[in-house]
Amino acid sequence: MEQPILSMENISKSFNGITVLDSVNFSLNKGEVHALMGGNGAGKSTLMKTLTGVYEADSGEIHIDGKKVSIKNMQDARDNYISMIFQEFSLIPTLTVAENIFLTRESRSSLGFLNDKEGVEKTKGLLQELEVDIDPNDVVESLGVGYWQMTEIAKALSQEAKILIMDEPSSSLTKKETEVLFSFIDKLKRRGISIIYISHRMDEIFKICDRVTILRDGKNVVTEKIKDIGLDTVIQHIVGAEMDKAFEWKERSYSMDSTPVLEVKNLSSGTKVNDISFKIFPGEILGVAGLMGSGRSEMARSIFGIDSRDSGKVLVNGEERTIKNPIDAVKSGLALIPEDRRMQGLILEHSVKDNMILPILSKLKKGLFLDESKADELADQLVKKLNIKTDNIFKTTSLLSGGNQQKIVLAKWLASDPDVLILDEPTIGVDIGAKTEIIDIVRELADNGKAILVISSELPELLAISDRVIVMHEGEMVKELKRKEINTEEELQHAIQGY
Amino acid sequence: MPSKDIEMNNHSNVTAKKPGKTFDWRNYIVYFAFAGVLIYFSLTLFDEGFLTSNNMLNIARQSAMITIMAVAMTFVISTGEIDLSVGSITALSALTAALALQAGMGLIGGLVVGLGTGLAVGLINGLLITKAAIPSFLVTLGMMGIVKGLAMWITNTAPVPIVDSTFNFMFGSGDLGPIPILLIWTIIAAIIGHVLLRKTAFGRQTLATGGNESAAKFSGIKTGKIKLLVFTGTGLAAGFAGILYAGRMHAGRFTFGEGDELSVIAAVILGGTALSGGVGTVIGTVIGSLMMGVINNGLIIMGLDVSQQQIVRGLIIILAVAFGRKTIKK
Repeated sequence: MEQPILSMENISKSFNGITVLDSVNFSLNKGEVHALMGGNGAGKSTLMKTLTGVYEADSGEIHIDGKKVSIKNMQDARDNYISMIFQEFSLIPTLTVAENIFLTRESRSSLGFLNDKEGVEKTKGLLQELEVDIDPNDVVESLGVGYWQMTEIAKALSQEAKILIMDEPSSSLTKKETEVLFSFIDKLKRRGISIIYISHRMDEIFKICDRVTILRDGKNVVTEKIKDIGLDTVIQHIVGAEMDKAFEWKERSYSMDSTPVLEVKNLSSGTKVNDISFKIFPGEILGVAGLMGSGRSEMARSIFGIDSRDSGKVLVNGEERTIKNPIDAVKSGLALIPEDRRMQGLILEHSVKDNMILPILSKLKKGLFLDESKADELADQLVKKLNIKTDNIFKTTSLLSGGNQQKIVLAKWLASDPDVLILDEPTIGVDIGAKTEIIDIVRELADNGKAILVISSELPELLAISDRVIVMHEGEMVKELKRKEINTEEELQHAIQGY
Repeated sequence: MPSKDIEMNNHSNVTAKKPGKTFDWRNYIVYFAFAGVLIYFSLTLFDEGFLTSNNMLNIARQSAMITIMAVAMTFVISTGEIDLSVGSITALSALTAALALQAGMGLIGGLVVGLGTGLAVGLINGLLITKAAIPSFLVTLGMMGIVKGLAMWITNTAPVPIVDSTFNFMFGSGDLGPIPILLIWTIIAAIIGHVLLRKTAFGRQTLATGGNESAAKFSGIKTGKIKLLVFTGTGLAAGFAGILYAGRMHAGRFTFGEGDELSVIAAVILGGTALSGGVGTVIGTVIGSLMMGVINNGLIIMGLDVSQQQIVRGLIIILAVAFGRKTIKK
């Protein structure tokens, strides 16, 4: 067998005594597309960061073309022909395609002035070779997202990259754009470019990859040719045998005969939400599963009136409600806890208390003024109830840990006592202890008769918390499953992948 | 479903072909506005002598200092920053240059001291913004007060006369044949600025820094160094503007440049440079500045008093920017 262009041997890395990579091996052949897979926290991105010089491995060796190399920063990575393709972050939107590709490497005249003609010509040649129809003089921000990626790949190739790392490259693309990307990847392969392809989408992996390496808990699980491995095996390897105790499901009792607290009928919005209907009954937790970009968050946003609705009805406690903006939504008894809590859920410079009482300021008035003692009392209660670890309610929110911040977002909406609570990725970036606590809080809320919609990419969490699960795929609701009917995480994974 | 078909077609258009480039008149608003204002005043104020070469040269003289500072400000705003201290710097530089001349340091001495003053303040601005990571708005707002205070303090608010006639001729009062020296300095500044922004790596890196700072860093651009340079640039330009004020008025005075920072920023934005950074044009800036000069001049000839002039000028700026280019937020 020919020598691999890249081989990573026994790579180990730990942060603060926690082992993230444990003697991981990875190799890549010339002209190969090699899938790197694993659940959240399996170590994929850490492994790639040791390859691009963001982190330095504690031990292990990296060989390029058989030669041992040391990669300490991004320049080292570039010198070794390694390039990471970011979604959109490494281009300057206001510059043209050619200007971006040759940024800091522009050709100069003898007087030191920029000679853009040469860059434009070179870019034209490069794009022609790659069969991409973009004008080098187009300003990047005027192009579609798919072209950003291709511009970035062209930039990498102009730097003579031989190894490309692509992290979920299709997540922001439409189906059609994804197809264009795939044929583009094919061309790259034929040119002898090697690609490390990170993705959660099984259909893509099976379509374009030659081999797959699966990591779990920072260890190698398997490396196999795609044609010699089945979907089931891949899913099994990713999930692993044991399910965490913390995510044990408890069957809850509630009645599906009464009026649903929330009913959504034929909801459509833009291209990502297409004819969605469901009901949530008092005391029920409905989970929403689906891949990134399947329209889960968009659905929540449109229910809540953030995105405009093309058609469809929202009924709260049997009554139709007009929800055109978040204020209408809150008035109708809805609460949305967004995915990006730092950006959308909290004012980080404000105190714990100020964040908590924000949605109910009008209820805390005494005459013209805010009833501070009542507010303090309420904030104290919530801190105790949710077991938020803070010195006091006056502490600045930014100083708290991620898990505690998320609990404050929860507290914020508990205070306003909504009928329907929509949680988008409620435990993202939260440590395992806080995760279980948040799951318990959500359960308790449901026990008090609230209707809860939980969107999550973490299947163990979704399975632990939901009474029913709906699966979304490309904007449509493709399945509805009772939690009782789902025996294993694999089954749900299958449903999500559309097999 | 027909609507779905249309959607699919849209998608295939997106992927099969590059999106067509369309002429966006918004990008050229300042040129239209400038032409419109010129034509309007030419027609209505023809009898009052608006179109005479004398009046045109007058406009060039009046807008020279603003234009020169605006050229440098284009770079600062292109990086997504702002410099409010330029007006105060002109006053201090005019005074230090006048004092140097008074002390017998000669023409070169006066020039060096005046420029050095501006450069030093600009450098301190840049260091505070890049090294101490204080927002440029706050640094230069503070510096505006400090520098103004210094200008008032060094001569106890007294003006400093300049008797060096060569200095006065070269930096403000003179004409070469029919052409005012101030116009020549303006043209030199505009050419240097345009070439720097469009033809040099420094200009490209300035635009990249404002377009997406983290991507610029990732591409190997020292964005801190770029910012330091652009603030030193506005300091230097403001220092030179101060020298021109001094040469024109045959004196240094602490009142020079009062309110200039706003005219300068308005000229840059009118010209089409994005306040959010990443997009900048020196030629647009020059036109923006000339347009404001024309408006001021026309309004004076029309006989509007100062208060009315201010209102009309404010309205025109808001309208031009409102109709102008959509700035895309990062």
